[in-house]
Amino acid sequence: MARSLTPPVARERIVTILSPVLLLVVWELVGRLGMIDARFIPMPSTILVATWELLKSGELLTHVGATLYRLALGFSIGTVAGIALGMAMGLNRLIRAAIDPLVAAIYPIPKIAIFPLLMLAFGIGDGSKIAAVAMTVFLLTTINTMTGVLSIDKAYFDVARSFRSPRRKLYTRLIIPAILPIIFSGLRIGLGLALVVLVATEFVASRSGIGYLIWSSWELLLVDRMFVGIICITVLGICFAAILKELERRLTPWR
Amino acid sequence: MRDDRQKGGLDFVAGKGRPLTDEATIEATGLRKLFGMPGHETIALEDFSLAVAKGEFVSLLGPSGCGKTTALRILADLETASSGTARIHRRKGTDSPSNSMVFQEHSLFPWLSVIDNVAYGLEMRGVAKQERLDRARPFLEMVGLAKFANHYPGQLSGGMRQRVSLARAYVNDPDVLLMDEPFAALDAQNKLIMQQELLRIWEKDRKTVLFVTHAIDEAIVLSDRIVVMTAAPGRIKRIISVDFPRPRNAAEMRADSRFGNLSLDIWRTLEEEVLTARAQADG
Repeated sequence: MARSLTPPVARERIVTILSPVLLLVVWELVGRLGMIDARFIPMPSTILVATWELLKSGELLTHVGATLYRLALGFSIGTVAGIALGMAMGLNRLIRAAIDPLVAAIYPIPKIAIFPLLMLAFGIGDGSKIAAVAMTVFLLTTINTMTGVLSIDKAYFDVARSFRSPRRKLYTRLIIPAILPIIFSGLRIGLGLALVVLVATEFVASRSGIGYLIWSSWELLLVDRMFVGIICITVLGICFAAILKELERRLTPWR
Repeated sequence: MRDDRQKGGLDFVAGKGRPLTDEATIEATGLRKLFGMPGHETIALEDFSLAVAKGEFVSLLGPSGCGKTTALRILADLETASSGTARIHRRKGTDSPSNSMVFQEHSLFPWLSVIDNVAYGLEMRGVAKQERLDRARPFLEMVGLAKFANHYPGQLSGGMRQRVSLARAYVNDPDVLLMDEPFAALDAQNKLIMQQELLRIWEKDRKTVLFVTHAIDEAIVLSDRIVVMTAAPGRIKRIISVDFPRPRNAAEMRADSRFGNLSLDIWRTLEEEVLTARAQADG
């Protein structure tokens, strides 16, 4: 049996990159053979042309930039705040008792349902969209971080105490590394949810962003432009997921 | 004998001119520990008094739940006694801690490399990175794991992890080593090898050790004295001297007829406590 000499990790990455490319090739072929209606589902080559035009006019960059900005900012705020609150809740019974019911009540609300409320609070510009993304990630990260802290083996705290760990080292050498894996698994889920929420908010209340591009193209029946948007948001999601994965690999090398 | 204890090894500072054995390093007087809510307490430890001389290896032996680990944890300052006093006498002129604990399995931090785990105590004391790595390395060599410095604990076997744990405690150069059933989770062969290792390392510089175990043979192999405890509430039932000469060999000792006699003797002392403990657990 022929065996690839590429190390498993590299092979995994190649597959990750190749699978969407393969999908595009099949799609183009199916379109050219007339097996699907190009008016509703344009071929990748048509979409490529549309992409080029949108790039030339500068529109695409504006939209992608707007979405990227909201996603990155909202995601970062939500993550940092979620880790902070989750740690406080995990380490302090009183804080946990006070905030746990609130988190439990707010968590199941679809963030898009309170988007009008967020617009009242943060305005109809970037603020409300960033807030929607941040809230989505924040709640998830809070719950995950708290769970992570609570599930740290007591024996580790005994070790830290026995070796007289200063308070700061208790965080940097014990608590934070112990909860990193569960935080990352939360962020992976959070990323998907954040994209849903962000695109939805851009559908309904925006003059920019990939969500807006998709929705406005749909309204004008510019299906190829719509597909450019769909592909952009997909690529954005893949890139973000890859960044997360790489970060996780570097920050939790013992896993 | 006495001179041996001062010789060699890892920064062992003996009390100047004073006979070593007269100096109690661990001194517990009338320790009592209650657990639970007021009014519904259970007594874990009762009237526990023990003095361990400098350079002595003492085991606490008893059925599970007899409070032997509680006694150790009080000495380690991980629990406070309900009454009584526990003291570890410090040698002078050192900034090293009074005690270091060797825990049961899974006490290494999975996210720290082996060398960082060994150097953990030094890091907590604020020793600079390069210095603590330099100081940790000989101890990793001492337990035969120099090659694994940059591995993570998850990549090691249970026996190797306990060696790292031992090195971590030794680097700290404490006055007293407290060991809480460190080999309990190992299989029989690895246990024997680790006992052998511990004998070899300990006999070099004879740090004062208090070693908790529920295995009679382990207690005999390692100890100068064995403290047999009763079932809960844990009291000291009997203290037995183990007069086997050192250096000892963990495997050969077991073939000695005195070993068999001693272990039978200890078992007779322990048997009713084990039965009581079992009845307590069932009830």
